[in-house]
Amino acid sequence: MSSSLSKNFNNFLAVDQVSFEVQKGEVLGFLGPNGAGKSTTMKMLTCFIPPSSGTAEICGFSILENPLEVRNQIGYLPESAPSYDEMLVGEFLSFVAEIRGFSGKELKRRVSIVVDMTSLREVENQMIETLSKGFRQRTSLAQALIHDPPVLILDEPTDGLDPNQKHEVRTLIKNMSEDRTILISTHILEEVDAVCTRAMIISEGRVVGYGTPDELMSQSLYRNSVTVSVNAEDHIPLMNDFNKLDFVYSVEHLPGETSGTGYYAFVPTK
Amino acid sequence: MNGFYPIFKRELLAYFRSPVAYVFIIIFLAANAGCTFFLGNFYDSQQASLEIFFLFHPWLYLFLIPAVGMRLWSEERRSGTAELLLTFPVRLTTTVFAKFFAAWVFIGIALMLTFPMVLTVYFLGSPDNGPIITGYLGSFLMAGSYLAIASCTSALTKNQVISFILSVNICLVLVLLGWGVLGDTLNSVFPVWISDFVSQFSFTTHYEAIRRGVIDLRDIIYFVSIIVIMLMLNVVVLESHKAS
Ligand SMILES: Nc1ncnc2c1ncn2[C@@H]1O[C@H](COP(=O)(O)OP(=O)(O)OP(=O)(O)O)[C@@H](O)[C@H]1O
Ligand SMILES: [Mg+2]
Repeated sequence: MSSSLSKNFNNFLAVDQVSFEVQKGEVLGFLGPNGAGKSTTMKMLTCFIPPSSGTAEICGFSILENPLEVRNQIGYLPESAPSYDEMLVGEFLSFVAEIRGFSGKELKRRVSIVVDMTSLREVENQMIETLSKGFRQRTSLAQALIHDPPVLILDEPTDGLDPNQKHEVRTLIKNMSEDRTILISTHILEEVDAVCTRAMIISEGRVVGYGTPDELMSQSLYRNSVTVSVNAEDHIPLMNDFNKLDFVYSVEHLPGETSGTGYYAFVPTK
Repeated sequence: MNGFYPIFKRELLAYFRSPVAYVFIIIFLAANAGCTFFLGNFYDSQQASLEIFFLFHPWLYLFLIPAVGMRLWSEERRSGTAELLLTFPVRLTTTVFAKFFAAWVFIGIALMLTFPMVLTVYFLGSPDNGPIITGYLGSFLMAGSYLAIASCTSALTKNQVISFILSVNICLVLVLLGWGVLGDTLNSVFPVWISDFVSQFSFTTHYEAIRRGVIDLRDIIYFVSIIVIMLMLNVVVLESHKAS
């Protein structure tokens, strides 16, 4: 899968030439603050919104020329985990399986597999409207897996899950990644480290970092930095003294909760 | 047409799972009975026919059908399910038609539940079968046209109230173009062919023709074209939303 995409919303550049390439067996993590353009990029890849310029190719199909084939290859978990409230969990999954072209025994088998994968058995006959946020999220994840797609695009897949489930879903993603291409977005650095083979840092629509999690960590300015809490009235002379230390690259001062205290972040010179 | 049936089925079932559907059916039946018996003085007319019953449908549908159609797309966009539905490997045209047909069938069921009216006229006398059958056919086709307009306006906005008001107004225009009073006014100023021409665009003109008991292909084509054109427009509206 490869892409190079831009998106304008009424002259607001939400995604600015985001380019990348991912192979089978890889998990690419989109990391970035709110509003960075992660979801927008995913919406273009799933052919929900067209790019303003650029294109992407997924399993050899272009998102512009062959959107239906592209969608066939993708399992998509949208950000807000939308699903039809008035349906039962099992019924909703059957509906998605039917749209994906399955029927009869095969349909039942597929629903059963994803229900087990995402631990939904206990709520299978519950109405989606009455599910807790975590179960709702898992229902939506199950929906994305039903056709065993070669490409998975998951927008914040662990959002709203409890720590146990977060761990389960990460393990699930890792296990599935062997014969698949997976794209996830997240705000959690630790998640990138746990599941991604590569990560892309996006900020204000632009790619500002790309590489394996280890590479990105080593590029970080704050790698091996130390924060010290100090009781002192006046921070300016302190800062001057700190800056004179030769292992210090820079010092940042963060005011403490009460006056007379403060935190100092030391960024080391290599 | 891959994906038509599951989307149609889900949508239709969703109607019967919400209380709104039952409220709608009750209001639909009550409004029909009210118009026929009180406004139309059904008993005083001394006729064993459903003419009065069908007479009020263009006016009833003006409010009832946009009420059904207003949620078709606005709800889907508001709740975010559009993002799910429109990223399935299904053509947008198929999805639009599937949702439309589900709503149309729902309205058809409500219309069928007016069968006690038919029993009443058979009990009162021996009515002419033709106009009853064509009356139902015309009414159902006309309902489809109202619904296609409502479906299209519901794609325009997430706000159901705006969508309702828009479709009521468009439908009102299409009803009034064939309204006798308008025709008379036009005739007093312009040559007759102008009012004839204008009225060709109206629901009323074609519906009147069908419910008299004569099925003219042109009237059917009129309703079917309105449905197809509005649903195509619906597709375009959805597509342009995605692009902006
Ligand atoms: N339909 C839209 N119209 C106008 N602007 C939009 C639209 N959708 C998104 N944006 C803008 O595009 C930018 C990127 O949004 P996006 O949802 O992709 O961010 P994100 O990286 O997913 O953020 P988050 O971490 O909060 O999910 C934001 O500034 C947002 O306001
Ligand atoms: Mg997002």
